[in-house]
Amino acid sequence: MQAFTQLNGVVAPLDRANVDTDAIIPKQFLKSIKRSGFGPNAFDEWRYLDHGEPGMDNSKRQINPDFVLNQPRYQGASILLTRENFGCGSSREHAPWALLDYGFRAIIAPSYADIFFNNCFKNGILPIILNADVVDSLFQAVEADEGYKLTVDLVTQTVNTPDGKSYPFEVDAFRKHCLLNGLDDIGLTLQHVDDIKTFEIKHKAAQPWLFN
Amino acid sequence: MAKTLYDKLFDSHVVHEENGTALLYIDRHLVHEVTSPQAFEGLKIAGRKLWRINSVLAVPDHNVPTTDRSHGIADPISRLQVETLDQNCVDFGVTEFKMNDKRQGIVHVIGPEQGATLPGMTVVCGDSHTSTHGAFGALAHGIGTSEVEHVMATQCLVQKKSKAMQILVEGELGRGVTAKDVALAVIGRIGTAGGTGYAIEFAGSAIRSLSMEGRMTLCNMAIEAGARAGMVAVDDITIDYLKGRPYAPTEAQWDAAVAYWKTLHSDAGAQFDALVELKAEDIQPQVTWGTSPEMVTAINGRVPDPEQESDPTKRGGIERALQYMGLEANTPIESINIDKVFIGSCTNSRIEDLRAAAMVAKGKRVASNVKLAMVVPGSGLVKAQAEQEGLDRIFLDAGFEWREPGCSMCLAMNADRLEPGERCASTSNRNFEGRQGQGGRTHLVSPEMAAAAAVAGHFVDVRTML
Ligand code: SF4
Repeated sequence: MQAFTQLNGVVAPLDRANVDTDAIIPKQFLKSIKRSGFGPNAFDEWRYLDHGEPGMDNSKRQINPDFVLNQPRYQGASILLTRENFGCGSSREHAPWALLDYGFRAIIAPSYADIFFNNCFKNGILPIILNADVVDSLFQAVEADEGYKLTVDLVTQTVNTPDGKSYPFEVDAFRKHCLLNGLDDIGLTLQHVDDIKTFEIKHKAAQPWLFN
Repeated sequence: MAKTLYDKLFDSHVVHEENGTALLYIDRHLVHEVTSPQAFEGLKIAGRKLWRINSVLAVPDHNVPTTDRSHGIADPISRLQVETLDQNCVDFGVTEFKMNDKRQGIVHVIGPEQGATLPGMTVVCGDSHTSTHGAFGALAHGIGTSEVEHVMATQCLVQKKSKAMQILVEGELGRGVTAKDVALAVIGRIGTAGGTGYAIEFAGSAIRSLSMEGRMTLCNMAIEAGARAGMVAVDDITIDYLKGRPYAPTEAQWDAAVAYWKTLHSDAGAQFDALVELKAEDIQPQVTWGTSPEMVTAINGRVPDPEQESDPTKRGGIERALQYMGLEANTPIESINIDKVFIGSCTNSRIEDLRAAAMVAKGKRVASNVKLAMVVPGSGLVKAQAEQEGLDRIFLDAGFEWREPGCSMCLAMNADRLEPGERCASTSNRNFEGRQGQGGRTHLVSPEMAAAAAVAGHFVDVRTML
C-alpha cells in the first residue's frame, strides 16, 4: 500500500448525498478478478452516455458532458468533495480501487458508510470527515475558483485552504500509523501469532463445536 | 455489569486489544466468487496459507445463471470468475458447493441452512449482507476484499467496537405485514445512515414472534440502515431451527452448545447507546418509491412532494429520485403500474417467503401488463423443498417463471436484469439507480406484496387479497 503523508491537489465536487458503491463502480465491472484497471469505469453510468461493459475501449465512448467530473476544470483532481453517507451499499472494495485508480487519494465528506470508510484506509485513500457547514463552504469555494486546491496533511490532521484556513479532522491512531507508513495489516497482525494461537486453544476448549 | 448481546459476542472474541482497536477472532468465513479472487491472489503472491481451512465455506452465487445450467455459464467473464473460485478452492483446500451442487445457493441463505452459522459465532463474508447471520445471535460483519485476505491469513479481523443500538418492536404485526415491512419501516424512520457506527439488536415481542426466516430478513437489511451488524437474541426458535442441520453440533456437544447459546441475549438492565421504538400495530405493508431504501412509504401512501421538503440536500435528493423513477409527486402508490416482478435475493428467497408469495398467487394469473414475473429460490435445497410442497406448480400455473438459485436480478450480474425504464416490484434489498440493470426502476416490497403486484399489475394492498 502506498503511504499517505501530505497531499496538495485539485478538488472535484460531487454534490450528492448517499452516493452508493453501485454508482461508484457498477456491478458489471466486478466480474474482474484483478485489483487494478477500474479507474476508467469509476462512476460509469454517470460519466458516459452509453452503457459500459468490461473490455470496452473507454476512449471511444460517449462522454456525458453534464457530469461534473467530466468538466475540464476538474481533470487531474486528487481530492473528492462530496456529501453525507458517501459509499453506502455493498462491501465491494472495487469502489475504493476505482477511486484510487481514477486518481483520488483523499475524500472529504460529512459522513461515510462504514465498510467503505474502512476499505479506503486499506487502500491508501484518506476519507476525511468535516462537519456539514465546512463541507458546504468548501463546495462554494470550489465552485467559485477554477483550479481550487486543498492541502491535506495527515501528520497534523488538517485540511488547509489556499486562503489560510485550517480545518482539523479526526483519525484513528492505528489507521493513521498504518497509512503514514504504508503498512500492510496482515504483517502487523501476524506479529500477534502467539496471541491468536493461545486464544484459539482456549476458544476450542470452551466451544469445540466451532471447530468441527 | 449487565452486558448487551453485542458486548458478549464482541468481548468473547477479542484476541488482543490496543488503543481501542481489537483483533477479533473469526469463527466462520463465507466466501463467494466476486470479492475473493483478489484476496486469494494476494495470499498466493505473499506465499501465505489459510489459517484455518475448515472455517471457510465457499459458494458461487452472484454470477450464476438461473436458467438451465447444464452447459455452464455463457458470459465468458462471469464464467472466469466462477472458475477462478473453483480453482482457488482446490488450491487452498476449501469446501465449495459448486454451481451444480444441490446445496448451492446465495451465500447468506446456505450458511444458516447448513448450520454453518451458529449462535455465538463471529461470521464474516466479503459481502455487506453478511449482517443476515446476526439473526442467530451471532456477530456477523460484511468485509472488504483486503479484510477477506486478512481473515484468511490470520483468522482475525481488525475491528473497533461499535456503539450499540436497540430497536424495540413491541406488539403484534397485522396480517399481511412481514419482517420485510418492519425492516423498511425502521429504515424509513432512522434513515440509511441512522445505524452508522452502531451494531443493532432487534428486540421486543414482535421480533420474538418472528420465525428465523423473518429474523434473517430483518438482520439482512440492518446494513441498509447503515449498521454493519444486526442481531437477535437466541431463543427456542433459534435452537429448533438449527437442530439436525449438517454443520450443527450433535449429541453431547449439542447439549453443551445449547446451554451456552441460551446465555446469548442482552442482560436485564444492559445499557444501549441508542434506542428506537416502533409499535408493531403501526406498521403497514411498505413500498419504496425512490432510489434509496429510506425513500419508503406505506402502501396506502403517496409519492412525496419535494416542495414540502425544507432541507435543500434532501429536496434535491427527492427530485432526482422522482426523475429517475419516472414518478410524479403525490401519486398514490397503488396506482403505480409495474413491468416486472422479482421474488428472490438473500432478503426474501427462503422457503417461508416462497410459501407466502405462493399463497397470494394461488389460483390467480399474472396481469397482462407484467412482462416477466420470476421466482428465484435462495438455494437448491429451498427449491427442492418448494417443489416438494408444490409451490412451483402454483407459480407456474399463475404465469411466474421458476428459476435456479442465485442472486439473479437482485443486482443483475448475470443475465437477469431490467431494461432501461422498466419498473419492478422486487423483494431484494437495494433500490439504487441501476441496481437491477441500467435505468431500471426498483420498488422494494415483501414477497406477499410482490406477488400481489404481479397479479394486479400495479401495487396493491395485499391485505385486501388475503
Ligand atoms: S442476493 Fe443480492 S444482496 Fe444478497 S448477496 Fe446476492 S447480490 Fe448481494
